Amino acid sequence: MFQILVVGAVVAFGVYIVNNTLDNLASRGIASGFDFLSSEAGFGIIQSLIEYSEASSYGRAFWVGLLNTLLVSAIGIILATILGFIIGVARLSSNWLVAKMAAAYIETFRNIPLLLQLFFWYFAVLRALPSPRQSLVIGDSVFLNIRGFYTPRPVPEDGFWLIPAAIVAGVVAVLLLTRWAHRRQDETGQPFHVVYVSAGILIGLPVLAAAASGFPLSWDIPELRGFNFTGGMVLIPELMALLLALSIYTASFIAEIVRAGILAVSHGQTEAAYSLGLRPGPTLRLVVIPQAMRVIIPPLTSQFLNLTKNSSLAAAIAYPDLVSVFAGTVLNQTGQAIEVIAITMAVYLTVSLLISLFMNWYNKRMALVER
Amino acid sequence: MRTSTRLSVSVAAVAMAGILWAGPVNAGQTMDSVKSKGFVQCGVNTGLPGFSNADEKGHWRGIDVDVCRAVAAAVLGDATKVKFTPLTAKERFTALQSGEIDMLSRNTTWTVTRDAALGVHFAGVTYYDGQGFLVNKKLGVKSAKELDGASICVQTGTTTELNMGDYFRANKMQYTPVVFEKGDEAVAAYDSGRCDVFTSDQSQLYAQRIKLKSPKNHLVLPEVISKEPLGPVVRQGDDEWFNIVKWSLFAMVNAEEMGVNSQNVANIRKTTQDPAMKRLLGLEGDKGKDLKVSNDWVFNIVSQVGNYAESFERNVGGGSPLNIARGLNALWKDGGLQYAPPVR
Repeated sequence: MFQILVVGAVVAFGVYIVNNTLDNLASRGIASGFDFLSSEAGFGIIQSLIEYSEASSYGRAFWVGLLNTLLVSAIGIILATILGFIIGVARLSSNWLVAKMAAAYIETFRNIPLLLQLFFWYFAVLRALPSPRQSLVIGDSVFLNIRGFYTPRPVPEDGFWLIPAAIVAGVVAVLLLTRWAHRRQDETGQPFHVVYVSAGILIGLPVLAAAASGFPLSWDIPELRGFNFTGGMVLIPELMALLLALSIYTASFIAEIVRAGILAVSHGQTEAAYSLGLRPGPTLRLVVIPQAMRVIIPPLTSQFLNLTKNSSLAAAIAYPDLVSVFAGTVLNQTGQAIEVIAITMAVYLTVSLLISLFMNWYNKRMALVER
Repeated sequence: MRTSTRLSVSVAAVAMAGILWAGPVNAGQTMDSVKSKGFVQCGVNTGLPGFSNADEKGHWRGIDVDVCRAVAAAVLGDATKVKFTPLTAKERFTALQSGEIDMLSRNTTWTVTRDAALGVHFAGVTYYDGQGFLVNKKLGVKSAKELDGASICVQTGTTTELNMGDYFRANKMQYTPVVFEKGDEAVAAYDSGRCDVFTSDQSQLYAQRIKLKSPKNHLVLPEVISKEPLGPVVRQGDDEWFNIVKWSLFAMVNAEEMGVNSQNVANIRKTTQDPAMKRLLGLEGDKGKDLKVSNDWVFNIVSQVGNYAESFERNVGGGSPLNIARGLNALWKDGGLQYAPPVR
């Protein structure tokens, strides 16, 4: 009974807040509602994964911002995880120099505020690059300058479909091979060199397919025309700075988590593995890491969430993420602060919950199954 | 300085809280609150020479700042009773809507969207401006029509951002916008070579050019691509306050037109026989009382802040490093657009 009263009070309070807000907005002559999402935006955005122009709607601008946020978060999470695992294992290395260097990395980057690191990469490092006319050239067709990192863009031609098809076929073949190898080992105890054979299949099949179809791929090479390079692909310095700052910063936390996870596995496990005749590599891979993952995954989830949320610092360096484009430009051009901030908060909440959900599922898979 | 992102989000949050909780709007509440707290809270630019910029002693100067001071002089009789809130373009309207500031005087363009959908009123035009482009002379560009393919640094949340989109679309040219939250950041990015072009209102181009490493190497292109009437802004629904802000600005323009300035105003007040002058300076009639301020409000403005010409000269004209000509901002009788309704 009491609980029903509490829930009722909360709901009534919420309804009151919403009504009061609408009343006040109306009495102050401030527009409200979500109609603005379909009106024309009129401003340009530097980087967009989907078709976007000044004639697109504010709703479209929202998707551009959201996809840019997801892009930087996804790449950032991958880079931070790889770097974090390497540094974390390195810190436990028996090599004095490697261990100390890893420790120095962690202590440095973990203890400097992320925003400062972002400014360091963006203003101090990337702003020092040369102008487009004096670009640093790598090979003949890769250029690095203050406007970004320009690489040739692959342009598929007729018959290109064969190559992705070969890749898919390769992946399927590798999956089947792995299952077969496991079964063989279970039955006969004979291991099979899955890794080498898989690598051969994954690289060999697409190459064969490309050769068979006569390499149906041309390259769109960036070219200095007028003010800037045109053609090719470009990685803008804002994205570079954001990726560097986010992944280097988060990697230092992940490294500590990895170290803690590995140390949580009793040393007796390693000794037992050695005494069974396993070499150090397989010991780490088959005995220590699987047990360490149970300790690592839950705190790793929080780091992924942090990285995603920290990507909103993009607004400070002109990277067009959700906060910069939607909670920034769109908010200001429409003046509809409440709607825009509410949508933005809802989006971050949704993204965070999805990441959490996925990591919890993964955690459950990795958890100790008691029989 | 660099936490503007968080600041703007918090401003937005405060604005929401303000709107969530606020009671109904009462006419006259801004005037009452200004009188009871004893100062005017005025939103200004975070740093734009000539318009609103803190000098080395932390003293705010500029033509927008003078409008805030004029309002304080009219309402409180003391032009120094102003507290300034530096705001980015993005934060300005939320700060005003939420009641964090009493008035906004921050080189803000008067547009129909802002008047109609943001719950604010523009109280007049302090400065008639237009958007232009700043480029490095090295590029050899002579006209904005040659900017196809350029990267352009711009401040977010401005009409500038939209005008630029329109201009390039209309002329079928490509461009890459690099969007910063503060004018200073956009200029720094332009100066370091991140962009080929910096675009903003022309007055700002001249002002920001002073801050570049070598101002002589940069050129303001001749094209003016938009109308940018910049003026003070107040909240809708408080006509009393709207009136006094509007008339403080008109008072400065009228004073110039009638030849009264901070040097001669005390003398003229003692000796004048001209009825129009007597009305202006509050010797005859109750114009001030009707506006809910003291009758010598114009005298206070002119003696403490100066007339429009003085403010213009000292901040953006010949007496300043900007050295901008009066142009559109000359009085109507000198061929400009500055025209104030009479004090009658």
